[in-house]
Amino acid sequence: MASVTLERVNKRFGSTRVIEDVSLDISDGEFVVFVGPSGCGKSTLLRLIAGLESITHGDLMIDGTRVNHLTPPERGIGMVFQSYALYPHMSVYDNIAFGLKLAKSDRQTVDERVRQTAKILQLDGLLDRLPKALSGGQRQRVAIGRAMAREPRILLFDEPLSNLDAALRVQTRNEIAHLHARLGATMIYVTHDQVEAMTLADRIVVLNEGHVEQTGSPRELYEQPMSRFVAGFIGSPKMNFLTALARAEGDAGCRISIPGIGEHVLPRRLLASERETRLTLGVRPEHLTPTAAAGDAGFNILNVEYLGSEAYLYLETPEGEALVCRTEAPAPFVRGDHVTLDFAPHRAHLFDHDGRALPPVHDAGTEPATAPTTFS
Amino acid sequence: MTLRMLKAVVLKIGFWALVGVLMLYAIFPFYYAVVTSLKPSSELFEVSYWIDDLDFSNYVAVPSQPAFLAAIRNSVIVAVSVVIIALLLGLTAAWALGRVRFRGRTTVMMLVLGVSMFPQVAVLSGLFEVIRTLDLYNSPGGLILSYTIFTLPFTVWILTTFMRQLPDELEEAAIVDGASPWVTLTKVFMPLLWPAMATTGLLAFIAAWNEFLFALTFTLTDTQRTVPVAIALISGGSQYELPWGPIMAASVIVTVPLVVLVVIFQRRIVSGLTAGAVKG
Repeated sequence: MASVTLERVNKRFGSTRVIEDVSLDISDGEFVVFVGPSGCGKSTLLRLIAGLESITHGDLMIDGTRVNHLTPPERGIGMVFQSYALYPHMSVYDNIAFGLKLAKSDRQTVDERVRQTAKILQLDGLLDRLPKALSGGQRQRVAIGRAMAREPRILLFDEPLSNLDAALRVQTRNEIAHLHARLGATMIYVTHDQVEAMTLADRIVVLNEGHVEQTGSPRELYEQPMSRFVAGFIGSPKMNFLTALARAEGDAGCRISIPGIGEHVLPRRLLASERETRLTLGVRPEHLTPTAAAGDAGFNILNVEYLGSEAYLYLETPEGEALVCRTEAPAPFVRGDHVTLDFAPHRAHLFDHDGRALPPVHDAGTEPATAPTTFS
Repeated sequence: MTLRMLKAVVLKIGFWALVGVLMLYAIFPFYYAVVTSLKPSSELFEVSYWIDDLDFSNYVAVPSQPAFLAAIRNSVIVAVSVVIIALLLGLTAAWALGRVRFRGRTTVMMLVLGVSMFPQVAVLSGLFEVIRTLDLYNSPGGLILSYTIFTLPFTVWILTTFMRQLPDELEEAAIVDGASPWVTLTKVFMPLLWPAMATTGLLAFIAAWNEFLFALTFTLTDTQRTVPVAIALISGGSQYELPWGPIMAASVIVTVPLVVLVVIFQRRIVSGLTAGAVKG
């Protein structure tokens, strides 16, 4: 078990900067998830930590020791690959034992470790099988077993669930969470799926184009996104974004007006120097309250999705922007209805034209839970 | 309806007739060699496609010649050495060319391919000088060297192609498990490349086993000859007699190891030749 520290880590492929000045502290036993759209560098960052790619510039420390030039086994990492990458010609037993044998453990230790690992992952009955005779979920478990058999200090997962079907994905997700609780190992997990990130992580690192957009607990990221990118990436369905005109309103925050919704005062600090600015308002679907509108006023309902416990209304603003709104099911609306929307101002977010979130107006009651850290 | 059935029958007959012709074309020369080898020399020039009584005198005569036995021994030594050396060098080269990214990789591949395009005759005199310089003339070493030169290009090409098809993550998994490149190559890649190695190894073996020109040029004495040359130099009682019977018997004898090898590795070869053609 170990802590991992990245200090201004850079990676270039030729002249392309894939990772830019990433600094990060991962403490012992933490479950950290790297999340971001494809091409954001999350897998590269994981491979830099693993030692499969070399760091162009910057320091990587494990337990306070600089490990830039150490090989993966010297760093004490275990890794689960997206395609599992099991050795196809070896039985489950040999797959798990391969690393142990290479580490020159004696036979008895190898056998003990393999059987212990198999027991934890419920692979006891499958030790003699070849990977091709296993189901996807079982292969996944063998891959995890191979990674943890050497008792590495850090376990790395590179999109391990993306080859599984939806039902198995939920199950394996739970198993991984359970495994983390049981082993207490430091785990770093890469995914493009924000649901996986939200459900597994102690801390999420959102990456965008090679730099860290924001790090924080799932709740921090959901409730206090520091940029429009994070706000849009975390949460499903996505946060709604609307163009709004805003004016500073002293200590109360700022007053915004949106066509179709009206005027609201949001407790967000807008620099007073500007008189009226065009901003982006962000509201999550569950924070919008629809009310039936008379005639053609308000928003047109394009579609109603009934999901049993809840329903989603897909709306269109008069300007043609799309909105999603969550209601209790069954929703008293049908396609073609018109609704007006209301929202709780303290739940809404404002983003300037660079995509940065406006900070909340600080009054006594609304201290942020933890100060989210940013790196740029 | 009947017309349709007739058409189907005719097509079927035509198909099998074609198969028959191809089989005849492929097998008849070998069949005739076997038949000839089983005839006593007195009946040799009677054309018959069937043997009435078996006569093994040729099969007794051939192995009783010490030169022929020496030739078989030489052929085995040369062919097996060529296969081992070619596979070893081919595998390591394929790892470098298929797995390691370096500048000029494509150039090297093209050079390897280019080298294999020279006909044997073109390099014969140059190679002769090399072999003389290395003091390998009239010894199996000279033949092993020259055959390896001609075998390596296709060995490297085929193995490199197969090596590239193995997923990158497999190698990375081995690295994370703490495997050195050599361990990765022998413990992870080699078992997976086994079909490709069987195929290329067999092709190399056949090429070395059947080669004639170099074998004739680079050897001098009976004790150092390989089988093709030895067979060609089997002579009769006088210059007017060509001993077809013993020649055919010797040919059949030296073909047997190849047939046995192909039968043993048949399934490997098929999977080797088609692997990678379709993903899955």
